[in-house]
This record gives sequence, C-alpha cells and structure tokens, in this order.
Amino acid sequence: MTVKASKICCTRGVRQVLQDVSFNLASGDCLILRGPNGVGKSTLLRVLAGLSQATTGKLDLDPDDVAYSGHLDAVKFQLTVAENLSFWAGVYGTNMTDEVIKNFGLKPLKNRLAANLSAGQKRRLGLARMTLSGRKIWLMDEPTTSLDAQHTTLIAQSISAHCASGGIAILSTHLDLDIACAKILNLAQFAPNRTTDTSVFLEGSF
Amino acid sequence: MLALFTRDLKLAFRSGGGFGLALAFFLIVVMFVPFGVGSDLNLLARIAPGILWIGALLACLLSLDRIFQLDYEDGTLDVLATSPLPLSGIAAAKATAHWVTTGLPLTLAAIPLGYLLNMPAPAYIWLLTSLAIGTPALSFIGAFGAAITVGIKRGGLLLSLLVLPLYIPTLIFGAVTVTKSIEGTNPLPSLVLLAGLTLFSLVIMPFTSALALKSNLKS
Repeated sequence: MTVKASKICCTRGVRQVLQDVSFNLASGDCLILRGPNGVGKSTLLRVLAGLSQATTGKLDLDPDDVAYSGHLDAVKFQLTVAENLSFWAGVYGTNMTDEVIKNFGLKPLKNRLAANLSAGQKRRLGLARMTLSGRKIWLMDEPTTSLDAQHTTLIAQSISAHCASGGIAILSTHLDLDIACAKILNLAQFAPNRTTDTSVFLEGSF
Repeated sequence: MLALFTRDLKLAFRSGGGFGLALAFFLIVVMFVPFGVGSDLNLLARIAPGILWIGALLACLLSLDRIFQLDYEDGTLDVLATSPLPLSGIAAAKATAHWVTTGLPLTLAAIPLGYLLNMPAPAYIWLLTSLAIGTPALSFIGAFGAAITVGIKRGGLLLSLLVLPLYIPTLIFGAVTVTKSIEGTNPLPSLVLLAGLTLFSLVIMPFTSALALKSNLKS
C-alpha cells in the first residue's frame, strides 16, 4: 500500500495555495506537514481525503483505505461517548472494542454525554474513531489541538503503533511529536509564486 | 447505512432533536383554521383536505434544514463522506429518518385533525393513504434542497424557495385525492400519480443530493 502524490496543485476558493507538491509514502511511513497558518495544510489533507480535488497533478491512493479527522471532532453532543463510538463502528463496519476506549483514556467517560466533555476529551473521542475505522491511511488535521501533554504523548504513541503495524499516517501539527518513523514536509516551500497576488483582484474575481 | 439511520432517529428524540417541532406546528395550524374561518361546518369540510395537506407540507418544511446542517457544522458530514458509505446512501438514510420522525407522525396526526375539521367519513382512509404515500416524497425532495443549501448559515429562506415549487405537484395530487373521495368521484387516478411522484423522488433524489453534497464539501 502506498500514497503517491506527484506535482499536486491545490486551490482554496479562487486562490492557489500549493504548487507541485510531491511525496511518496509506503507502509509504515508517517508524514508530518509543517508550515505557517494558511499555507495549505488543511487544504492538502482535504484533497488527500477526496473531499476536494487537486487542480492538477496526480494522486495515487485508494480512497477506501482513508480515515479522515478534520478540525472538528465529528462528535454528537446528544449521544454518550459509547454511543458515538458504536455509531462510527457501525458506519465503518467494525466492532467497538474496550481496547480502543482504554487506549484513548475514555474508559471513565464511557457513559457520559459528549456535551459534558471538555474540549480535550472530545478531541480524544474524535481521534478514537481513527483506530475504530480499521483503515490503513490516517489523515489527521492538527490532532493535538487542545490535548494536554500526557494525551499528546498517547496520541503520538497510537500513531506510531499504527505505522508500526503497516499503516500510513499523514498529519499536520505545530508540535514536536515523538514519532520515530516520521518524515517532515514543510509546505512553505510549495507556496506558489506570489508576484501575482494582487492580480486576483485586478482580473475581476470580485 | 442502518447505523446512520438509527443514529438519526436517536438524535431526533433526544433533547434539541426537533421531533416534536413539525408535529406541534401541524397541530397548531390545523386547530387555528376553525378560529380563522369561522364555525361553518360545511365550509370546513370542503377545505379540510387542502388545509391538512398544506399544514403537513409546511410542517415538513420546518425541519428540513436539520437533515444535513447539523452534521455539516460539527464535522460529521466530512467524515461520513470519507467513510465506506456512498453519499447517495447517506442522503437516502437521512431522508428516510426524516420521514420516520416527521412524515409518519404527521400522517397519523392527520386523522384526529380531520375530525376537528368535520371531514366526511369516507375521506379518512384516502387522507391516510395519500399522506402515507406522499410524505416520503416531501422528505426526499427536501433532502435534496437541504443538500444544496448545506454550507449556508441560516439558509432556511433559500431552502424554502428551492423546495416549495418542487412540492407543488405532490400537494396538488395529494389534496385532490382526498377532495375527490369527498365529492364521490374516483380518487384512485390522482393517488396513483402521487405514488408515481414519490417513486420518482425516491429513485432520483438520493443521487442529486449526493452531487449537491459533493460540491458543497469541496470548499
């Protein structure tokens, strides 16, 4: 199983944010996307997830292998932690195991309504979905947001374990995660030439 | 898909789920008509089919924007779109859940409300059948409208403008079915046309909704 991106260009709205992004990943690889705010990390992850399309370039990955986790946790407040997880298990056709609940430190919260969770706890509930999905390629958009140091380590460990078992993870983060197999890709180098930045306005996009 | 359907049902009955909203609106509209038009029993009997059908349609419209908007706002729709479920299946599951929590209770509530409007006895069975057959079309067409307006904050007005014209054929054939049964003519032809409209919506709307969702998730 591989993820191959060759010369991908991404746009957000009418503005091009990334130009000629290329990388190759094989089983066991972890790619960490870096770069300042607005450089296009989320846009690239959405393209990889198949939610939007690259304008040019070739992307080679099987959409049936992908599990995506965005900025939002995709947690339903009116359901309990266990109900949220068993819903996603139903969607992905897998079984909710106590192991997943334990790995993400959700055991004491199992029967609590998601509305009563803290931001970090919701985040963990959202990330538990990745393990639950049983999918090989994890795409995570800033998974460590609002997590404390202890749980950041926990997430880094579960990503490492996923890669060690032959999976692929692509994530964006501003923290230094302790993931042994991680390659770092700074997206700032793919920013398109901004000499034409004002021309969007002049060319009548408005 | 079953997981999504049962989750939507569960959410509808939890707090803030909006299960009672359409039903309460329907009851209020129909019960207020006699106050508005007076207590002329013959007049009420004549307009009962139209009032009941319009009431059911507007009540249905009220809860349409929830079909996709809530899932869009908390990121669930993004994840569902990357899950093994096809977008058309997601739309179909959600429209069906909407019908079970809206169209079905409206259909059942229409019987006692018909009594309040002095509807003649032979019309009840036709009212029940026409609503049971027609309201799935309202949910499926509505899901299409909801899919188009999913990214728009407070897109309720646009949603209504898009969906109401598409509701008109269902309204006409639904109400005519009941009216004809009161007049003593054969209501079956209009009921069959109504069923045709519903079948058409059931087949087409999940796919058009999927296209609309796909383009809305791009941004």
